[in-house]
Amino acid sequence: MGLGSDMYRQQILDHYKNPRNYGELEDPTFTHVGENPMCGDEIRMDVQLADDGETIERVAFRGDGCAISQASASMLSGELAGTTLAELHEMDRDDVIDMLGVDISPMRVKCAVLAEKVAQDGAEIYQGDLDVDKTTTED
Amino acid sequence: MSQRNLEALDVGAIREAFPILQREFNGEQLVYLDNAATTQTPDPVIDAMSDYYREYNANVHRGIHHLSQEASIAYEEAHDRVAEFIGASGGREEIVFTKNTTEAENLVAYAWGLNELGPGDEIVLTEMEHHASLVTWQQIGKRTGAEVKYIRIDDDGRLDMDHAADLITDDTAMVSAVHVSNTLGTVNPVSDLVDIAHDHDALAFIDGAQAVPNRPVDVEAIDADFYAFSGHKMAGPTGIGVLYGKKAVLEAMQPYLYGGDMITKVTYEESTWNDLPWKFEAGTPQIAEAVGLVAAIDYLEDIGMDRIEAHEQELARYAYEQLGAEPDVEIYGPEPGPDRGGLVGFNLEGVHAHDLASIMNDHAVAIRAGDHCTQPLHDKLGVAASARASFYVYNTTAEIDELAVAIDNARQLFA
Ligand SMILES: Cc1ncc(COP(=O)(O)O)c(C=O)c1O
Repeated sequence: MGLGSDMYRQQILDHYKNPRNYGELEDPTFTHVGENPMCGDEIRMDVQLADDGETIERVAFRGDGCAISQASASMLSGELAGTTLAELHEMDRDDVIDMLGVDISPMRVKCAVLAEKVAQDGAEIYQGDLDVDKTTTED
Repeated sequence: MSQRNLEALDVGAIREAFPILQREFNGEQLVYLDNAATTQTPDPVIDAMSDYYREYNANVHRGIHHLSQEASIAYEEAHDRVAEFIGASGGREEIVFTKNTTEAENLVAYAWGLNELGPGDEIVLTEMEHHASLVTWQQIGKRTGAEVKYIRIDDDGRLDMDHAADLITDDTAMVSAVHVSNTLGTVNPVSDLVDIAHDHDALAFIDGAQAVPNRPVDVEAIDADFYAFSGHKMAGPTGIGVLYGKKAVLEAMQPYLYGGDMITKVTYEESTWNDLPWKFEAGTPQIAEAVGLVAAIDYLEDIGMDRIEAHEQELARYAYEQLGAEPDVEIYGPEPGPDRGGLVGFNLEGVHAHDLASIMNDHAVAIRAGDHCTQPLHDKLGVAASARASFYVYNTTAEIDELAVAIDNARQLFA
């Protein structure tokens, strides 16, 4: 039995152990939370938009849960800075899996995409197109 | 208990009956330690079911032709065999086939609970109930106005029986308790609980999903009014479960599902109900699965339930020692002993249970990770999820060594 693992490559583990942009923003444009109760994964994301109201300037997150969900949030928080809300809405699960750079087994996709869905739902709520308290990717 | 005198299982020979155990993933042989979720199926069970389909597949009860007669006899006698297996002296009339334990729980909740419960009544559960009983009685409580109360567990994961004695009163109408916890491994003193329930004229439902597969169970010694278990956790097929009910209790109950086979006489205005147990088995039942369940019971009894229990206890003890030796592993539930079953729930510090299960899967080690359908219990334990290794007749200490190596790999990856 070797140490090798398909999903737990160095990059994932590094982001899990040393999450980037972890914490809160002082003055976020919007904040949204996501939770997968069966897994116990939680993510709370703060997003700050530039003055154009369209470009994401900064993202911070806090959370708890498995390495896949938390590493995904950490990586996404970096990716999103500089993109627009329109670009955020265009992201899909394949983009997330590309970003993670590892094979995600089918049962774990919901963990991988939680952060992305939290960002997207947060933006939609901010834009007045959605009305939910919490996002989940569990169903 | 004289388990020391029991002859150990010939696991090598047993494994030959389970072809699935030979599967390999990426060159590594499967180590299947998810038996509390579903056990694997031995050849005699698979053969019995395929014989049924090859030789005597037909609908039951109503056919005049040969095939239907053979299928009917096999299906009806399956009830007798199950009754004998769990010590139900009333025979087939006390054995209702359901889809699984969950449906058995719902059958009683709907057929008895909705009709008999109301405001002022109390339903007493334990804090370690599986969602199968917890959610069911919680919702029946909401619909009827009956109040649901929970018997506390102590720090070792055992039921607080003093609390049970306080909680169960003359207002209690139903006590529903798990026999062996699927999360903590605790073997509950169910006959004591049933006694307390009966002292207050309450009925007692025992969830035996994790007990019947791996220890001798005598429903009359427990004196349970209802007792339920699932075929797929005891070397049998999916799609069949058992509800045992005392004859007098079942007789007094209304049906749960309506339709064919559960009636005797039907007019456009009225229907009358068939005898037990058919009153509770509407429509075409799970015939092949009943045949498979009988084969599973024969298979297990051939090995001997007391030997199976001893084997599981030995594996649980070994796992407890192997995993528990490390300070970063927390094991839930009581220490190994007669009141602990053969499953070990645990967490590795700093590694989410799902990550642990994924890493194990990379090494073909199959364990469970999640809330194991006991979310409130996990809340109480203060964790979102736990990992669980659970054993059956074909597991070996060598496989537990593999589990320990895989845990060590996870530990190093996440260090
Ligand atoms: C203690 C207990 N009760 C009930 C169940 C539900 O069994 P089933 O899914 O077969 O209905 C399980 C299985 O997960 C269990 O472990």
